[in-house]
Amino acid sequence: QKVSVEVLDHLEHLALVDFRDWEGVERLQKAIQFADQLQEVNTDGVEPMDSVLEDRCLYLREDDVTEGNCTKELLENAREKVEEYFVAPPGNIPLPKLEERETFLQGS
Amino acid sequence: VLKDGLRSQVSAALKEGRVTPTELCQRCLALIKSTKFLNAYITVAEETALKQAEESEERYKRGQPLGVLDGIPIAVKDNFNTAGIETTCASNMLKGYISPYNATVVQKLLDQGAVLLGKTNLDEFAMGSGSTDGVFGPVRNPWSYSKQYKEKSVPKSHSESRESNWVIAGGSSGGSAAAVSSFTCFAALGSDTGGSTRSPAAHCGVVGLKPTYGLISRHGLIPLVNSMDVPGILTRCVDDAAVLLGSLAGHDPKDSTTIQDDFKPFELPSLTDVSKLSVGIPKEYHAPGLSSEILALWSKAADLFKNAGAKVVEVSLPHTRYSIVCYHVLCTAEVASNMARFDGLEYGHRSDMKDSTESMYAATRREGFNDVVRGRILSGNYFLLKQNYEKYFVKAQKVRRLIANDFVKVFRGGVDILLTPTTLSDAAPYTEFIQEDNRTRSAQDDILTQAANMAGLPAINVPTALSERGLPVGLQFIGRSFQEKQLLTVAKWFEKQVQFPVIQLEEVKRHDNGVFQHQKSASFS
Repeated sequence: QKVSVEVLDHLEHLALVDFRDWEGVERLQKAIQFADQLQEVNTDGVEPMDSVLEDRCLYLREDDVTEGNCTKELLENAREKVEEYFVAPPGNIPLPKLEERETFLQGS
Repeated sequence: VLKDGLRSQVSAALKEGRVTPTELCQRCLALIKSTKFLNAYITVAEETALKQAEESEERYKRGQPLGVLDGIPIAVKDNFNTAGIETTCASNMLKGYISPYNATVVQKLLDQGAVLLGKTNLDEFAMGSGSTDGVFGPVRNPWSYSKQYKEKSVPKSHSESRESNWVIAGGSSGGSAAAVSSFTCFAALGSDTGGSTRSPAAHCGVVGLKPTYGLISRHGLIPLVNSMDVPGILTRCVDDAAVLLGSLAGHDPKDSTTIQDDFKPFELPSLTDVSKLSVGIPKEYHAPGLSSEILALWSKAADLFKNAGAKVVEVSLPHTRYSIVCYHVLCTAEVASNMARFDGLEYGHRSDMKDSTESMYAATRREGFNDVVRGRILSGNYFLLKQNYEKYFVKAQKVRRLIANDFVKVFRGGVDILLTPTTLSDAAPYTEFIQEDNRTRSAQDDILTQAANMAGLPAINVPTALSERGLPVGLQFIGRSFQEKQLLTVAKWFEKQVQFPVIQLEEVKRHDNGVFQHQKSASFS
């Protein structure tokens, strides 16, 4: 069962990472095949495990401000900023559809 | 002095003034330079290290060292944040990223006066089992240049042997393992998600400890799989690992997944009587592909315990072979989530693309991540799709419980500790290793180490013997949750029995003799 181009395109949108070439797609196909082995295991009545520490309570500290005021340090690693803002290109513009995008999936 | 164990020898030497922190630091820095071909270090923090060494020296002069680690040169894997020092995760995504803070484990080491020599090389974002897939190139196993390996290999020509015969260091903490193995530092931090500390430890002939999940803080360790990652400890002997553990373990308010129990650092007793010990040999660890050499060694080790009076029993961990599949799904799923933070806005690489936020993110990630990382992100997203969630992600979480329960059953049945191989074979030559792709390699190589991460259990690699090719082979001990003292005590006993040989490296001999020409010491070999 091969993954459809629609799903591949959907994944590229979700992950914001591209397959780049057929090798990338093959890699996914093999990964799925590999993961399918899980179906051999009988998990009836078994609860999913989120964490090995599930029997303990997480530490929650008091809701008091104990640190901060590090705007300068935090902005230092950003490439584009203005005053105390990170600068991003315009949002609310969806990635172009498959036909209009420069992606290798277009050929398929 | 470079070959000394921390606790017994170097610390004493520093206290008595036989060697100064600055001398030690300088010698390690010089050795790093002359072993540059190993490519173990990405960043060498020469200036800050010397400054730390000087400060340590002042403390020793005043008779007020901060502890056993004061003045001791250490290295840290490049996926831990280190304030003021570049942290790259061996990826283009973080090239030039200067951390604004220290990871908790790094801070703890610095607070005790350790000297941070530099950041070590790894697979990009700790994804891999060879330390071959980072942007700064692969790490070379120091044993490739050892007398022991050279004697056993048959080079086709003199010039060819040094260049094409070298073997991998294992991964993903290969740089850290190589750094410790080649004496450029006394201990190094690695990380362990699927075996990334134990596997390179086995290939490089050093001790690699994976602590229980929740014992050591992950704050500042750039996450791969939040539910499995742990900081790893690499040292040349088990006693040193206990020292490091003592200074790193304990609750951290900045990492809510660290347990709140009090942790008391311990000294390891020298076990003489193992008759009350029950050692389990999990039969499923006789995995396909396990070399006959390692199988024989494993068997010999079991006999060693038996002959010393311990109870040695075969046990079963029936879901072992699904561990790697389970890991594959859970890891890629958590990776898909963890890598989402890299969008170019706040830190790291940023593409010049300006059309829209999404296209900038996409371009940044295309330019910043290598194939391995991108592959895992895409796989992870696939398994997390609504139509796949139950079938893959939740299913894997259920299988995880079964795997963890396998261990609980065995330990409840009276077994104190498990003995298994760490790797399927000794280190492969680089040219051979890269013929398979990263995912296949990881799937094959992590098979023996991965389950301990699934169950959150502590595990340690102890270098055991040299293979027929003259390369290190290690064996693994897996212990009960939070029972590091027992685990390390048994490991120390075993280490004493096997007397693993010291690596014979030209470069090290030159540096050791250079400074201490007039001294004869039992610590030189």
